[in-house]
Amino acid sequence: MSKTVNQKAWFFVLPVLALVAFNAIIPLMTVVNYSLQETFGDNVFFWAGTQWFQDVLGSERFHAALGRQLLFTFTILIIEIPLGVAIALAMPRTGPWVSVCLVLMALPLLIPWNVVGAMWNIFALPDIGLLGHTLNALGWDYNFTRNPGDAWMTVILMDVWHWTSLVVLLAYAGLVSIPDAYYQAAKIDGARPWAIFRYIQLPKMKRVLTIAILLRFMDSFNIYTEPFVLTGGGPGNSTTLLSIDLVKVALGQFDLGPAAAMSLIYFLIILLSSWIFYAVMTRNEEW
Amino acid sequence: MKRATWLVPTLYIIFLMLPIYWLLNMSFKTTNEILGTFSLWPQRFTLENYITIFTDPTWYMGYVNSLIYVTINTLLSVSVALPAAYAFSRYRFIGDKHLFFWLLTNRMAPAAVFALPIFQLYSAVGLFDTHLAVALAHTLFNIPLAVWILEGFMSGVPKELDDTAYVDGYSFGHFFVRIFIPTIAAGIGVAAFFCFMFSWVELLLAKTLTAVEAKPIAATMTRTASTSGYELGLLAAAGSLTLVPGAVVVYFVRNYIAKGFALGRV
Repeated sequence: MSKTVNQKAWFFVLPVLALVAFNAIIPLMTVVNYSLQETFGDNVFFWAGTQWFQDVLGSERFHAALGRQLLFTFTILIIEIPLGVAIALAMPRTGPWVSVCLVLMALPLLIPWNVVGAMWNIFALPDIGLLGHTLNALGWDYNFTRNPGDAWMTVILMDVWHWTSLVVLLAYAGLVSIPDAYYQAAKIDGARPWAIFRYIQLPKMKRVLTIAILLRFMDSFNIYTEPFVLTGGGPGNSTTLLSIDLVKVALGQFDLGPAAAMSLIYFLIILLSSWIFYAVMTRNEEW
Repeated sequence: MKRATWLVPTLYIIFLMLPIYWLLNMSFKTTNEILGTFSLWPQRFTLENYITIFTDPTWYMGYVNSLIYVTINTLLSVSVALPAAYAFSRYRFIGDKHLFFWLLTNRMAPAAVFALPIFQLYSAVGLFDTHLAVALAHTLFNIPLAVWILEGFMSGVPKELDDTAYVDGYSFGHFFVRIFIPTIAAGIGVAAFFCFMFSWVELLLAKTLTAVEAKPIAATMTRTASTSGYELGLLAAAGSLTLVPGAVVVYFVRNYIAKGFALGRV
């Protein structure tokens, strides 16, 4: 669609700009301030230059947390995206079951995040939880509070439970927007199901899948409440993802400088990866 | 093969319902029964946990507080996002693309990064522990999302609609409120749904910005761990009740969810 050049359009954007700037720019500048200074309390600050950034970038602890974070994000994307697409493909397109499916599937998305954590905690506890009890009864010595491997599995399973529906909803929206004529044409050409998926459904889902991957990437990188409530980052540090580590440094030890530097590095990683992904996926479009 | 496709969504929904069932199951048990015996359904069915929540103001006010700030946030986010989304979908202006991407970057910002400075900011302006503070803070991620969704819907409306209205002598305000907003009603519904959802489920900022007066239910729940040991039954009942507003909202927008995503660019 051709757009008219109109500088007065800025007035339409102004309220949004004012609100978001208040919430984003002032706190961000506070973080930048902390990241460049050293404090011993009493509001006395000294210039620290890039000291904190060098410390954080060189620290084993940050590397470990970043490694766990990347592993977590990669794992949930590998599971949730194909699973979400598969479920969307298998869902009915018309009829009374569509609403039932959509409402039930959307339910996990609307549960407060700490309730998700608490729910999975009591679901997975080895003595009183359905999952934990069943696995132990089947002869698997499962205990997510003691065994790092089990903790990982539980955190991943919880995230798949919590967020796959978002991918399903987006993929499903992409699928129902495909006109019937496309399928009829494919039928006349004698296309196999795989060919229909590869050449009709997948291209039509490209836009919503881009959004799904982007949202899941950003949100899984930001995840804090659910694993914190479920495992508290443990056992040991095994499920301490970036946000949990950051809050430990900032509020637990009150090391504002390193925490601020870590925040900025963390934010930049998300920003840069999202921008690259977005730019690559939309390079053929107007914007 | 074609016959078995219903199995996939069915199995998935069973998987989704299992933890929810377990939570409901526990909410009808006493804490002693939860810790004492393992059973698939309550042996001695009790409503005690729910009665506690509905008779104790420190409990039920948590739900009221959450609903207040979520409502303020949804109204605020959607109403300021409407004109902005219109500007992005209809006009070209200096810095439009940069502004749009900058807005989206705020959707990416980890709440953990902003928690402390936002706490200092809202304390400094005297809004700490008010519903407004949480509602305003949540606009940080909800406004970008609302603008993004609404822009998609608006771009799906042909520009000829605008032009025809002006030819017919409508003023801009009149056109926007009387014609344009009803045209994209579905989009507004979807945007409001997402604002509601993300404000309702967020806890880190809501907890950081409140102490007593505006404390959200999700934060109230954390106290079950600290007072008299682990009151699991109460925790389960409180958790079960947090499912209700979401279920109600999703029921109302059920017909828009799939269509809504598809019509808009989102």
